[in-house]
Amino acid sequence: MTPQIHAEGLRKRYGDAYALDGFDLSVPAGTLCGLLGPNGAGKTTAVRVLSTLLRHDGGVARVAGFDVATEPAKVRSAIGLVGQQAAVDEILSGRQNLILFGRLHHLGRAEATRRADDLLERFDLADTGSKPVSAYSGGMRRRLDLAASLLAAPQVLFLDEPTTGLDPRSRLEVWRAVRSLVADGTTVLLTTQYLEEADRLADRISLVEHGRVIAEGSPAELKGSLGATRIELVLTDPDALGSAAGLLARVTGAEPVTEELRVSAAAEPSMLADVVRELAAAELSFADVALRHPTLDEVFLELTGVAR
Amino acid sequence: MRWAIEDGWTLTQRYLAQLARRPARLVGVVAFPILMVLIFAYLLGGGMSVPGGGSYREFLMPGMFAMTMAFGLSGTMIAVVDDTGKGVTDRFRSLPMAPSAVFTGRVAADLVNAALALAVLIGCGLAVGWRPHGSLGETLAALGLLLLLRTALVWAGIYLGLLTSDPSMVSLAQTLEFPFGFLSGAFVATSTMPAWLGTVAEWNPLSSTVTATRVLFGNPGAAGTSWVSSHAVPMAVVWPLVLLAVFVPLSVRRYGRLGN
Repeated sequence: MTPQIHAEGLRKRYGDAYALDGFDLSVPAGTLCGLLGPNGAGKTTAVRVLSTLLRHDGGVARVAGFDVATEPAKVRSAIGLVGQQAAVDEILSGRQNLILFGRLHHLGRAEATRRADDLLERFDLADTGSKPVSAYSGGMRRRLDLAASLLAAPQVLFLDEPTTGLDPRSRLEVWRAVRSLVADGTTVLLTTQYLEEADRLADRISLVEHGRVIAEGSPAELKGSLGATRIELVLTDPDALGSAAGLLARVTGAEPVTEELRVSAAAEPSMLADVVRELAAAELSFADVALRHPTLDEVFLELTGVAR
Repeated sequence: MRWAIEDGWTLTQRYLAQLARRPARLVGVVAFPILMVLIFAYLLGGGMSVPGGGSYREFLMPGMFAMTMAFGLSGTMIAVVDDTGKGVTDRFRSLPMAPSAVFTGRVAADLVNAALALAVLIGCGLAVGWRPHGSLGETLAALGLLLLLRTALVWAGIYLGLLTSDPSMVSLAQTLEFPFGFLSGAFVATSTMPAWLGTVAEWNPLSSTVTATRVLFGNPGAAGTSWVSSHAVPMAVVWPLVLLAVFVPLSVRRYGRLGN
């Protein structure tokens, strides 16, 4: 199957600096790809090039089968875009906004109205549909923005940090909406700074730094690339650190790392029961004992070399 | 082509819907010129003399009409900066709509605004004693020239609005509207200014429209001695066309390259 989003060697220069510098990406139809990276890595530039808002200086990009440079109008008919701000008219009502954008999608008045009402219902905005957007909460605006991007049932949806600045409940609502879109076959490219968001939503993640993709894989693969699981102990008494470290080393056969009241070592999940048994036998008091997977944060920091 | 017109109309309707939700906006558009009419007619007008004689209020109103058209520029700029700042312009650019509609919609919306403001001002002028003395055709031609000037300045406002995302630039534009408005024959005869300044004022595009409408309305103070003021009516067509020839291509080019 040909990818719905395909970029090869994309370059975008601003003055002397390259915002995109050999950016490669391939997103199969019906999947969600997360672009993860720090501020200024080039995520937003990539989305703006792929959604025809910016012209690139080199490389090729195809979206929904069309070249973004030579067939921008066809690309625009196939995509939806949710930018970093809620791009809606504050003075008009939510319903008026959706009808406006629907008509600009050339839906026709009756069809635009019908789609607007469907989407208001779906995004839980039916009750507030006739109120001006200026009275909406941040989460409601975001949902309206997302609804506006879905008016023409796009094949490809670009979401540029869709949950930045949202409270946890609104974030969950957006996540649920995005998941159901992907389940319905929409291809989604989502940029985020939140590792948890990428972890929860993405089929594949591309880590972006300095305008190119530095690592790519499923969330599990990326986390697996950092090695095994770890067992971590949190003690209550600093004097017991030495004996706890010895105990961990004996059970896991790995070199333990201590940090304040914590001591951890690479381990197989099955070793956890042994550790707990040994702790009880040694009568060491502890606050917590846990089996931990590497987080995407650790993967990210490891690959980008920010912290180490 | 069909979509260019339909999309333009859709965006005009957007503005009309905004107006319906915030009618107070119109009050702002017309309150300032009304106040200016009252200030100039009643506070300052006593000290004003019209060259060649005649009523100062009759002299003043064409100036007020033209100045209101000119001061609409910052309103256009505000609307454009607002849309760009909120990402609405980016949304338009990512839609399969006709790109020209963003411009035609803006021009149509601002002309609706200008026509409403003009209607209120005409009422205000009639109330303070101003009258159009020309034929119906001349009166309509004068109104046409005013809206033509406004159209040219809408495009200037669009271009300036696309040039910046900084709201403080709008304040700067609002401030610069004053010398543009006052360094003209709108409120006083240019013959009362120092010679060189009078020449600058006469070549101000606003002055051509002011003088041309004085001629067409049959209001006093239209008689000019210089070439530009004695050719005011053709110049009131030429100036806006020159402005359009500059700002239409600039705006279209800028819109296509936004963010690049």
